[in-house]
Amino acid sequence: MSLTLEQVRRVAQLARIDISDAEADTALGELNGIFSLIEAMQAADTAGVAPMAHALDIAQRLRDDRVSESDQRAAFQAVAPETADGLYLVPKVIE
Amino acid sequence: MIERSLKSLAQGLAKGEFSSVELTQAYLERIARHNPEINAFITVDPDKSLAQAKAADLRRARGEAGPLLGIPLAQKDIFCAQGWRTTCGSRMLENFVSPYDATVIERFDAAGAVNLGKTNMDEFAMGSSNETSYFGAVKNPWDPARVPGGSSGGSAAAVAARLAPAATGTDTGGSIRQPAALCGLTGLKPTYGVVSRWGMIAFASSLDQAGPMARSAEDCALLLNAMAGFDTRDSTSVERPAEDYTRLLAADAPAKPLAGLKIGLPREFFGEAERAGCDAAVMARVDEAIAAYRALGAETVEVSLPAMQLSVPAYYVIAPAEASSNLSRFDGVRYGHRAPEYSDLDDMYSKTRAQGFGAEVKRRILIGTYVLSHGYYDAYYRQAQRIRRLIADDFARAFKECDVIMGPTSPGTAFRIGEKAADPVQMYLSDIYTIAVNLAGLPGMSVPCGLANGLPTGLQLIGNYFGEARLLDVAHRYQRATDWHLQRPTALAD
Repeated sequence: MSLTLEQVRRVAQLARIDISDAEADTALGELNGIFSLIEAMQAADTAGVAPMAHALDIAQRLRDDRVSESDQRAAFQAVAPETADGLYLVPKVIE
Repeated sequence: MIERSLKSLAQGLAKGEFSSVELTQAYLERIARHNPEINAFITVDPDKSLAQAKAADLRRARGEAGPLLGIPLAQKDIFCAQGWRTTCGSRMLENFVSPYDATVIERFDAAGAVNLGKTNMDEFAMGSSNETSYFGAVKNPWDPARVPGGSSGGSAAAVAARLAPAATGTDTGGSIRQPAALCGLTGLKPTYGVVSRWGMIAFASSLDQAGPMARSAEDCALLLNAMAGFDTRDSTSVERPAEDYTRLLAADAPAKPLAGLKIGLPREFFGEAERAGCDAAVMARVDEAIAAYRALGAETVEVSLPAMQLSVPAYYVIAPAEASSNLSRFDGVRYGHRAPEYSDLDDMYSKTRAQGFGAEVKRRILIGTYVLSHGYYDAYYRQAQRIRRLIADDFARAFKECDVIMGPTSPGTAFRIGEKAADPVQMYLSDIYTIAVNLAGLPGMSVPCGLANGLPTGLQLIGNYFGEARLLDVAHRYQRATDWHLQRPTALAD
């Protein structure tokens, strides 16, 4: 299979990556090259094979429901692009 | 001093031959002299390093001891280190100063090791040549026109150029083993879950694993002792008793130290037709290494890993899928780059990510987003996970016949900077021998096994789950009988 320019633009939009027409053109060629490599998978007979999501067969650990961390809001917000009064600032989303 | 092993440096420190401050200073001077050419480090902060060295000297003066107390180490810039700029090789994190320590950093701090600086890497660890770094390509100290491999290329180049005695790396598809092979080092990717991933910037979480890069298996074992261990903050950290990874590295050297060891040689590496996939000179060095192992008493058996031929396609579905999810956190809100101009929130996200990520990272996010999107999930992601199972089953079958699997680490020696940069598929195929190990979650090593046309080659050793100590011993025995791991680039000697 091969992707279309429209699909590349759509995927870039889903991934929230601004893409110019020239970049989309380049990406189309590259992605099709990569997908021709990936297509080799389709020839494998995997009927009845259980998908393996993870290398280790371990169950999620649970922890006690109690406070274990100290408040580090100031330190963590010091690296944010824009904050005020302990809040992260973003462009207005609700009119 | 710069040729001494970690053990020998520790002895020097213990005997008072030199202080940690003096040792650290010596390496910082080498970095100042040679890093402008090699570009192995993104961030060096002599004041911070020397303060740590001073603290280590003080701890020793108070009677403390330890194999890494006062030893300077280079840290891959994927590990968050408090107060250090931590970029992951990306413009997205160009000015990010971490407010906390990764578990690996914390554990080295506790052991008294000194952070010499943060090493260059492919952006978000996506690459096999270090050319995708926002901070510029790293040069291979064996030939500055060539790549050091990737993604832990800065760490590899730093150790090969003797700008650090050892370093950390991370390996998602070969990112410790391939640069180790291309720079003539010993590198170990542990079993998935052995080293905590907490504070290690995520690429593909079901594959990522940190490990040591050094000049010998013995040095790697010492580093792994500090790095490995259960950590509640990483939900995939394996809860098992602490191990001394040096315990099998016995000093005795009987005539046939590896008698009884069964080495599996996969048909997919060593078959008559399959050999053509590897550079002939590299294959010749690997054959010689296998012969050396036979001389040490090991026997070889043929094994087969038929699904391995699908490891690269499966990996380039699974790793980008996980990456597209992991990297969605970089949105210009909580940390990292934010576009200077935008209209609304969506526009801010899209411009921030377009500016902050480089071409390879974007490519992988697009692949990942596509394979996870509605209508394609079963054909790609699900199929890749099924192939992953077949690959893991192949290894399980093979390990019934042998103790360790061997083969080449990389299909060629270090390639020229720019040679593969324009062709992602060619670049992806440079990890053809290493990727299956990550998909299965097994431990893998690369050990120097001689030069081909003046460039280092690597022998890959693959062990069974949690077989690190045995793997390190198998590598160590070879290194006691050969001196390939002691070869160093002739440049940068001053």
